[in-house]
Amino acid sequence: MRKKKRMFSRGVMFVLCLVFAVLFLLPTVLTITNSFMSESEIKANYGMIFSTTGGGFVSKHVNLKFIPDRVTLSQYISGLIKSPNYLIKYWNSILLVAPIVVFQVAIASVAAYSFTRWRGKIRDGIFFFYVILMLMPYQVTLVPNFLVSQWLGIINTPWSIILPGIFAPFSVFLLTKFMRRIPYSLIEAAKVDGANEWQIFTRICLPECRSALYSIAILVFIDYWNMVEQPLILLKDADAQPLSVFLSNINSGEIGLAFAMATVYMIPSLLLFLHGEEYLVEGIANQGSVKG
Amino acid sequence: MTDRQKEKRISRLRDYAASLCFLSPSLLGVGVFFILPFGVVVYYSMIDGVGSRNFVFLDNFTRLLGNSAFLLAARNTLLFSALAVPLAVVLSLLLALMLEARIPGKSTFRTFFLSPMMVPVASVVLIWQVLFSYNGSVNEWVMSLGGGRIDWLQTDYNIYVVVLLFLWKNLGYFMILFMAGLANIPRELLEVADVEGASETYKFFAIKLRYLSPTVLFVMILSLINSFKVFREVYLLTGDYPLGRLYMLQHFMNNTFRSFDYQKLSAAAVIMAIVMVVLIALLFKIEDWFGKDVEG
Repeated sequence: MRKKKRMFSRGVMFVLCLVFAVLFLLPTVLTITNSFMSESEIKANYGMIFSTTGGGFVSKHVNLKFIPDRVTLSQYISGLIKSPNYLIKYWNSILLVAPIVVFQVAIASVAAYSFTRWRGKIRDGIFFFYVILMLMPYQVTLVPNFLVSQWLGIINTPWSIILPGIFAPFSVFLLTKFMRRIPYSLIEAAKVDGANEWQIFTRICLPECRSALYSIAILVFIDYWNMVEQPLILLKDADAQPLSVFLSNINSGEIGLAFAMATVYMIPSLLLFLHGEEYLVEGIANQGSVKG
Repeated sequence: MTDRQKEKRISRLRDYAASLCFLSPSLLGVGVFFILPFGVVVYYSMIDGVGSRNFVFLDNFTRLLGNSAFLLAARNTLLFSALAVPLAVVLSLLLALMLEARIPGKSTFRTFFLSPMMVPVASVVLIWQVLFSYNGSVNEWVMSLGGGRIDWLQTDYNIYVVVLLFLWKNLGYFMILFMAGLANIPRELLEVADVEGASETYKFFAIKLRYLSPTVLFVMILSLINSFKVFREVYLLTGDYPLGRLYMLQHFMNNTFRSFDYQKLSAAAVIMAIVMVVLIALLFKIEDWFGKDVEG
């Protein structure tokens, strides 16, 4: 009796999961499949929503279509080969995000070592301050960032985003949580063997945290690959904007192109996800709670 | 002073020096890019102008609290958080519990639920427009069921659309946090409950939820912060000046940046910082009170 009941509830949950899965996948899958439609098919399907110019057939009803009638790469060709506009924005995105990921993780790993190795009232207090800072929304941090950028004369340059990004406390917090889990006996043993702090850091702590470093790099990457707030305030020049901001400015006459560029933009993060999902899950799971 | 004390003192000093060495790059950057300028922001919030620099104490704050645009933005942001945070906590816990129930294809479902966090919002925003435009798919479905068209994006309904987008984006992440929390509950406790014939509901409320309280707190804080960041979704979906209930605090900040009103900006940033610190402290207190008997 009880077993039957359990089987039934498990079945219900499975169906519920299926429903959720469809809802979760729908926007991503539709974006990808729609990017392979020709401009005329896009116009026919979505003409009612995005005011299009020029002739051609426009359906009275919006058709949300999964599979294009005819698969074509024409949108990709016109976005990536015929005009340099998107490639420039793409390159802007890479130039902003790559240094942030590399240097934020590098600086954070040194700082995390310090927070792991030496504890005390003052140092734990500083760590708690980092946590609070990490939790502050953009409405708090962007005004200070803007002021510093003005003083340093780097406003409207990529540095105004890269430099605060490098020192963002998120990686310090997460990496410290990982490092504090390294058994103390390992460090003690190295000390007995005469290793200095730098050697303990590079030969024991870093290798022990390899998967954590990867997962944190992924998390930082997604966060900045998706950025909108900082470039809007700190980069006035439209040519310097990353693709995450520029995608929303696409002319409503070029919806097909927008689908294709949106797909191209999600490729790096999707690849990272498929490759590093296990690490990513571990990284998220280890945040656990803010305390301790 | 004895030699022993001296030695102790020296080794402590050496510890301090070493810890400072490793921490200094980060501390320097945080100081220059966050702490120092935030001090200036606090100062700016209490003077009457960057030129004249007369100390006016709380004038900027009272002016800000009388500003209708700020109040609208604050109200909308709070409304959004009030809708989104509880939904995010409950739904992500539900997803985690479902995946914990040993259903087939667990890891595939996890991948599916987590996938939205990797997709840049800018990439999928077109689909949301197709779905929720006045002539969009959702209205087509509503009409085929005999309902009337709703202007989802231009009226007060738009906040629900953004709540949906927020949940879509964030649930997977929170679900992972809950799954980790569930995995930390001592197995023996649940087994004892099983032997004693406890119901699933009892097990959930009396055991699981107790042990999950730090996770609940953390998910609440994270979703609260992410709900303040929801400007991103709104901006990509509806642009600079959204209608209905979507004029958020970040919109207010952006528009104030354009007019270079540092006093207003600084006062707003300081108020936000205070509100955040108070909220987080409050959540910590609640968690202390709720989870103290499972610590250790």
